[in-house]
Amino acid sequence: MHSPMEQFEIKRLLDFRIGSLDASYTNSALWMTIAVILAFLLFVVGTQRKALIPGRAQAMAELGYEFVAGMLRDNVGDAGKKYFPFVLTLFVFILFCNVLGLVPYSFTPTSHIIVTFAMAAVVFVGVTVIGFARHGAHFLTFFVPSGVPLWLLVILVPIEVISYFVRPFSLSIRLFANMLAGHTMLKVFGGFVVMMGILGGWAPLAFIVILTGLELLIAFLQAYVFAILTCLYLNDAIHLHH
Amino acid sequence: MDASAAKLIGAGLATIALAGVGVGIGNIFGSFVSGALRNPEAAPRVFGNVLLGFALTEAVALFALVIAFMILFVF
Repeated sequence: MHSPMEQFEIKRLLDFRIGSLDASYTNSALWMTIAVILAFLLFVVGTQRKALIPGRAQAMAELGYEFVAGMLRDNVGDAGKKYFPFVLTLFVFILFCNVLGLVPYSFTPTSHIIVTFAMAAVVFVGVTVIGFARHGAHFLTFFVPSGVPLWLLVILVPIEVISYFVRPFSLSIRLFANMLAGHTMLKVFGGFVVMMGILGGWAPLAFIVILTGLELLIAFLQAYVFAILTCLYLNDAIHLHH
Repeated sequence: MDASAAKLIGAGLATIALAGVGVGIGNIFGSFVSGALRNPEAAPRVFGNVLLGFALTEAVALFALVIAFMILFVF
């Protein structure tokens, strides 16, 4: 029987090298491409007709747009409007990668730490640059909580600095670990179905159906959490309050 | 004790984190339900925060999972 970890294996589909750099087109890249194409179709083709009473595709595109716009408005305010395209792209890309990963025999790009860490690192570096660009050296007061006695600051400032630098790791590990754990769990229960045979296999099969529903929720929830934490970090950088 | 046995024990110990996560998730939904029964009008508005809290707490369990995997497969 296959191991439950086999689904995360990266396979080269097209061999392609630049010098010593391995830039092969892998199954991970293939599914990312599919996610981007589907998202593009939803947003561009779906809103092509611009009907007053939206059809299904247009309603979905508008719902997604409104959802992210509302999230940014509630958490960052008007100053966050500039960053709306970035947050929407991030949200839709992660959502499509997560949901497409639930299709049997597909591959989940977000179940690899390098993919999620790249996105989290972009968020982290971008937010830090925005903070310094808006406030200059004054941004460093972000690490100094206000109204705290001096002797406590000696302890608190290092903690604040560490918690700031841990952000990209917690952001990326959260998404990657959720995807990894969910898909491994589904495959482990799939293994139980095979092991218990035609008589007893129905129980784990029914459980897989429920789990798939839960995974669908998690797929959405993790995209939401990634986007909303990006909003909160942006808010910290823009408004500097605690 | 041989190293592979110690590895298995370590990975098992890493799952103790689930105790805290269980308390946390139970607390989130328990507080939500008791709050929602007191003021049903406000319940839909805070449900987004509930899900956010749930996802953040669940992530702690997954950090433990990552540590267990690292103990088992990396070292």
